[in-house]
Amino acid sequence: MAIARSRIAELLEKHEPSVLSEWIKLQLNAKTFRGDLQSETDLREESRRFLALTRQAWSSGTTDVQAPAWTPVREFLTGISSSRARLGFSPGETATFVLSLKQPFFTLLRQELGKDTEALADELWAATQVIDALGLFTMETYQKGREQVILRQQQDMLELSTPVVTLWDGVLALPLIGTLDSARTQVVMESLLEKIVETGASIAIIDITGVPTVDTLVAQHLLKTVAAARLMGADCIISGIRPQIAQTIVHLGVDLADVTTKATLADAFVIALARTGSSLARAKKA
Amino acid sequence: MERIPILKMGEFLLVTIQVDMHDRLATTLQDDLTERIVKARAHGVLIDISSLEVVDSFIGRMLGNIAAMSRVLDAQTVVVGMRPAVAITLVELGLSLPGVRTALNVERGMDLLRAALRNGGAENGMDGSPQD
Repeated sequence: MAIARSRIAELLEKHEPSVLSEWIKLQLNAKTFRGDLQSETDLREESRRFLALTRQAWSSGTTDVQAPAWTPVREFLTGISSSRARLGFSPGETATFVLSLKQPFFTLLRQELGKDTEALADELWAATQVIDALGLFTMETYQKGREQVILRQQQDMLELSTPVVTLWDGVLALPLIGTLDSARTQVVMESLLEKIVETGASIAIIDITGVPTVDTLVAQHLLKTVAAARLMGADCIISGIRPQIAQTIVHLGVDLADVTTKATLADAFVIALARTGSSLARAKKA
Repeated sequence: MERIPILKMGEFLLVTIQVDMHDRLATTLQDDLTERIVKARAHGVLIDISSLEVVDSFIGRMLGNIAAMSRVLDAQTVVVGMRPAVAITLVELGLSLPGVRTALNVERGMDLLRAALRNGGAENGMDGSPQD
C-alpha cells in the first residue's frame, strides 16, 4: 500500500496543472456553480490552493485526513465552508467543491494506470476514501457555520424581544412576549434595570399578556425581576394576567401577595400615574 | 485603620460607601453607625452604595442587618443608588432585603426619609414602597 499511496501523490505532482484546469472547468460548467455569489477568479484561486495543499498532504504518505499532515487542508476547508455558509451556499453546493475533484482524479488514474487493473482499483479506492472523508469534513464545518449563524440570530431575537418603553415621566413598561426562561429573564432584568437608572423611573409595569403560560419557574423569574427592581428603588406592577393564568398561579400556590397585580395594562397605568402624583382628566366638551 | 465616614446632615446620617467593602470594614461600619445613631439622636440613615461594584452574601446580609438595627434605634434606613449588576447579584443570592427601603438616588432617598419622618415615624416603611 505504501507504494500505491506514493503513486497517486507522484502522479498528482506531475500532472497538477492539467488536473487543476480540468477540475475548474468542471466546476464552472456544473449546475452547482454560483456565479452570483462567487467570482470565477475566487474559485480558481481556491481550487489552486486546495489542490496544492492536498498534494502536499498526500505526499506525506498517510490517507487519514485527521492526521497532522492534513491539518493545512482541514484548516483551508474550514475557511471555505464557513465563508460559503455565510454567503448562502447550499450544503450540496459546498460539498460539491471537494467531491467534484473525483472526476479529474479518476481520469488521471485511468490515463496513467489504465493497463494495470489491480493498481488502478487500489488507487481508485484510496482516492475515493480521501475525497469522501474531506467531503464529510466540509459538511461538518458547514453545519457548524450554520449553527453559529442560528446562535447569533437567537441572541439578536433575545434582545429584540425585550423592549423597555417609557409610558410616562417616571413610568416604564415592559411588555413581555414569549416564554420566560433563565437566560431571557437575565436579559429582561438587565435591560429593565439599566433603563431605570437611565430614566430615573420609580414605577415599572411588567405586562405579561404575551406570555403564553406561567408555571412556577416563570413566576419565580418574574418575582426575581420585581425584587431586583425594588432594590434599585423602583416599584413593579404586574399586569396583563389572563383569567387562565390567574387560575394557574393560584393552583400552583405562587405567592404574588407582595406584588401589585392588575388585569390590564390600562389599570396598571392608572395606578402608576396616581403613585407618581399625576392624574388624567377627560377634557370637557364645549 | 480604614473607616467609612458617617456624616451628619440635620437629623439624618449619611453613609457613602466609596470603596470595595470587605468583611472587617462592614462590621466596623455596623459598630460606628449604631453608636452614631444613638449619640446624634438621628431619625434617618441614608446609605449610598452607588460606588459599590461587588457584593457578596455577607455584605448583602450586613445591609439588611444595619437597616434592622437602625429600626430598633428608631431611625429609618434607605439604601440608595444600587447598581443594576449589584441588584441582580443580590436577587440571585436570594437576598432581596425585604425590610430595607430603597431609592434610585440620594435625592429620592432624602425625600423618602423626610416623608417618613413627617408621618411621625408611625409608619415603619416595612413594605419598602417609595410612595405612600
